[in-house]
Amino acid sequence: MTLIPRNRGGHPVAYAPGYKSSVARSPKLALISGSATPSEQTGPVFGHDLLGELDSNLILNFTGEPAIGERIIVHGRVLDENARPVPGALVEVWQANAGGRYRHKKDGYLAPLDPNFGGCGRTITGEDGSYEFLTIRPGAYPWPNGPNDWRPMHIHFSVFGHSFGQRLITQMYFEGDPLIPLCPIIKTIPDQSAVDRLIAPLDMSRAMPLDCLAYKFDIVLRGSRQTMFENKMEGL
Amino acid sequence: MVQPLNTLTETASQTAGPYVHIGCTPNFVGIEGIYDEDLGLVPFPKDEPGEHITITGTIQDGTGTVLRDVLVESWQCNAEGKFGPGSRGFARMPSDLTTGIWTLNTVKPAGVGKQSPHIALWIVARGINIGLQTRIYFEGDDHSADPLLTRLEHQSRVETLIAKKTGDNSYQFDIRLQGEGETVFLDL
Ligand SMILES: [Fe+2]
Repeated sequence: MTLIPRNRGGHPVAYAPGYKSSVARSPKLALISGSATPSEQTGPVFGHDLLGELDSNLILNFTGEPAIGERIIVHGRVLDENARPVPGALVEVWQANAGGRYRHKKDGYLAPLDPNFGGCGRTITGEDGSYEFLTIRPGAYPWPNGPNDWRPMHIHFSVFGHSFGQRLITQMYFEGDPLIPLCPIIKTIPDQSAVDRLIAPLDMSRAMPLDCLAYKFDIVLRGSRQTMFENKMEGL
Repeated sequence: MVQPLNTLTETASQTAGPYVHIGCTPNFVGIEGIYDEDLGLVPFPKDEPGEHITITGTIQDGTGTVLRDVLVESWQCNAEGKFGPGSRGFARMPSDLTTGIWTLNTVKPAGVGKQSPHIALWIVARGINIGLQTRIYFEGDDHSADPLLTRLEHQSRVETLIAKKTGDNSYQFDIRLQGEGETVFLDL
C-alpha cells in the first residue's frame, strides 16, 4: 500500500491575502514532491485505553456540571479516498463556547466564559469508521483580520489516520450559517465543492427527542493505492 | 459518459488557528482535568535503547518574527529502524508561549533503507492553511545516498533540513516559513 499523492486543488492555498495571518506564514517556494516513504506511510496508533469516560462529552467533561448552550450530537465517519472506513482513528475536537468565547488567555472577547465548558474532546473511530461527540453548538465570534470579520460557528477537528502522511486538521461548519460565505478563512479554499464538504447538515435521524439536535460530518483522509504490481517503496 | 470511479476527495484542510492548544495540548494552556496528560509528551520511554538527544528550535515567519502559537508534531523510527508499536515515536511539541522555542527529547533514529536518519515533522498554526511537512536530518551523518536530499534541485537548500550539532547530545533545528533561508517543505 502506497499513499496516493495529495490532491492540493481541493485544499486551501497557502498564501491567501484575505486571511492576513497567512501572508507572512506561507512558504513562497514550491513544495518538494516525492513518493511517501516509511516515515509517511506509518504513523502512531492510539488505543482505546487513551480515552477517559467523558472525553467525547464536551457538555460534561470539564466539571461534570452541564455546559450552557444548544445541545447537539456531532457524528460521522472517517473514510479514505477509496471510500473505505478508517477504524481506530483518533479524532480530537476543540471549539468556542455557546457565546463564541474560547477558554484561552489570548481570547479577550466580551462574551463570558462558561464555568462548565472546557472546549475540547476526543474519541477513536469504531470498526466502521464512525465517531460521535456530544457538545453544545459553538457561537460565532469576531476576530482581528478585516475591520469586521466574524467566524461562522465551527468546530476544529484534528484527525490521525493510519499513517503520518494522512494527518489532517480542519474545521466543521453548520448548515445554514449565513456567515459561511463571508469568512476569509473559508475563502482560502478556491474549490466551492471542497467548501461544501466542510458544512455539516442537520441530521434529524440522529437527533434525540426532547434532548438534542444532531449534525453529520464525514471526514475523508488520503487514500492508498493497492496493486499487485507495487514496486518497493522509495528509499528501501 | 463513463463509469463513475466511486472515489472520494480528501477533506479540505483548514488552519489550526490560534487556539490549537485547547484541542491538542489542553493541559499546556491550563485546561486541566479533562485529559490526564497531553498527548505525545514524550516519544519514547526513558529506557529506550539508543542515543538520547535533545533537539530545540524556533519557527520564524517571513519577517523574522518567531512564532509563539505553533504546534509541531514529530514521527520517527527508533534506533533500530522500527516504527511503533502504538504511538511510540510520536511527539507533540507546542512552542513556548513566551520564547517560541520547541523542544524534542528523543532517541536518534536509525536510517531506513537508503534514507539517512531523519525525523518527520508536521507544523500547524494560525496562518498556516494546510499543515507543513518537513524533516530533521542530522549534522555529521553521511547524506550522500539519501534519495530526498540528493534529488533537491537547489542543493543550497539542503542545509535547511539538517539540524546543527550544538553539544554531545544536542541539536538545533530552526525553521523559516518564508523568505531568506526558507526551509524545504515537502509533499510526500
Ligand atoms: Fe476557532
